[in-house]
Amino acid sequence: MKILMKGNEAIAEAALRAGCECFFGYPITPQTELLQYMAKKLLKNGGVFIQAESEVGAINMAYGASSCGKRVMTSSSGPGISLKQEGISYLAGAELPCVIVNIMRGGPGLGNINAAQSDYLQATKGGGHGDYKVIVLAPSSVQEAVELTIKAFDLADKYRNPVMILGDGMLGQMMEVVEFDENYQPQKVEKLWAVTGERNREKRVTNSLYIVPEELEKHNLKLKEKYKKIKENEVMVEEYLADDAKVIFVSFGMCARIVKSAVNRLRQAGEKVGLVRPITLWPFPENELKSYALKEEVEFFIDVEMNLGQMLEDVKLSLEGKKEVHFYGRTGGMVPTIQEIMDFYYSLKK
Amino acid sequence: MKFKRPECLTKESMHYCPGCGHGIIHRLIAEVIDEDYKESKIIGVAPVGCAVFIYDYFNFDFVAAAHGRATAAATGVKRSIPDALVFSYQGDGDIAAIGTSEVIHAATRGENFTAIFVNNGVYAMTGGQMAPTTIPGQVTVSSPYGRDPKVQGYHIKLCEMLVPLDGVAFVARTSIHNLKNIEFTKKAIRRAFEVQMNNEGFSIIEVLSNCPTNWGLSPSESMKRIENEVLKYYSLGIFKDKGRGI
Repeated sequence: MKILMKGNEAIAEAALRAGCECFFGYPITPQTELLQYMAKKLLKNGGVFIQAESEVGAINMAYGASSCGKRVMTSSSGPGISLKQEGISYLAGAELPCVIVNIMRGGPGLGNINAAQSDYLQATKGGGHGDYKVIVLAPSSVQEAVELTIKAFDLADKYRNPVMILGDGMLGQMMEVVEFDENYQPQKVEKLWAVTGERNREKRVTNSLYIVPEELEKHNLKLKEKYKKIKENEVMVEEYLADDAKVIFVSFGMCARIVKSAVNRLRQAGEKVGLVRPITLWPFPENELKSYALKEEVEFFIDVEMNLGQMLEDVKLSLEGKKEVHFYGRTGGMVPTIQEIMDFYYSLKK
Repeated sequence: MKFKRPECLTKESMHYCPGCGHGIIHRLIAEVIDEDYKESKIIGVAPVGCAVFIYDYFNFDFVAAAHGRATAAATGVKRSIPDALVFSYQGDGDIAAIGTSEVIHAATRGENFTAIFVNNGVYAMTGGQMAPTTIPGQVTVSSPYGRDPKVQGYHIKLCEMLVPLDGVAFVARTSIHNLKNIEFTKKAIRRAFEVQMNNEGFSIIEVLSNCPTNWGLSPSESMKRIENEVLKYYSLGIFKDKGRGI
């Protein structure tokens, strides 16, 4: 059945359908409807909902509940995610699954509450202290947000790792038609590591402390192997009219949707352009982008973001200097228009 | 009376400095669990600080939390497994400085777990810096001229702060400086666990303990210091026991 839903609420509903048992959050615009939806639904369904005293409190409650083997979610926006970074580092260090939603707003500092992609670097480069990685999924529609939220819980359990849904204020606030798979059943994963308090077995401890340097290095190398596996198996990317394109746009999330419209309009005008949209921001689709850089007919790339070029360095690294990359971005919570993107393209073609 | 090692303590030798109070407090917790909760689900929440390896010394499950966040982590644990006996074990830097917000709100919400708060008046593992609990006049490496309330403010009295909160069911401050008070500490732990298992709300025991290493005193001198100096600033007793009308 198709229903009209606001992005934040659709993500919350998807989480419930994915078997989310515990939600801990703190209100912050523009993601608060997610928390409100959970408040309404989770307690009624026998789950745990707490509006924490702070984002720090919320992520550490999530740490506790995840330690107990529950399916756990927390959500916030930029400034709140900054506060959660301490806990995200501990979750990664202790190898605990957790789904973290970041509906981004403009930064730095208090910034504003408009749609922006200001947290790309924070999300994909660790964000907190230590050598760790978070799987980052970037939906570009409410429907995709639903699908990726469900996937996020499975990935979190599969790899015992935090997974972030990275959307922007637009995705959280807009209403779109969504469809839920009524036959979907959440995966049940046996968590033999979970702290449950039972006394008739060997004790279990969730912890990120390795005081002996050799042991911490061993742990970090084990995590590195895990991240390698994630890179090998979980990259997701959308390639749109890119096969025969001479110019490749790269863009993620809601911004990529505007770029897609620009690509359609440029195609109508006879321009051979295409779009490569990373869906997983970490692991980044390096090989997919590189394959276009190796094509002779590809002249250059245009990276479009709602920031000052945070993904640009990942794009450049992927292309290994084989093709030039131009950047067009709006910041401050400004959304680029289709016309602006087309104008930028034509300015380069001159 | 036969004196033996409590069953829920592992055989691991503790890393604490000679004469440190943590060993005594661990043992008291273990005795209460052996006596009253032999078959129960138990989950401890470990702190950052001297007791960071506490999970090595007990043979039941533990969650090791970030500095100050043990009461938030314990909230997540207890809400996930409501029939378990859950306790956090925290030092004074952990619960009364960086984790003040987390403990006040866990207490306000009436979270049904027990916080065991070991107050030795210094950041011991970090090397003896001033803690929120450092008493006026006390010399530490970061208050080298003695804590002057006009400069560094006063010592925090967490128990007294928590008593008025509606979610709080049990508050006691005890000490381990002599046998009588060690017995009192055990009684308080027993009662706090009982309050928790009766689902009455948040329970906390502040245990005045010693730090011979950072106080620069012998173990026996450090116990005397608690009696002669620390008790002037921290009164002992059961401040609140909702179920018994206290």
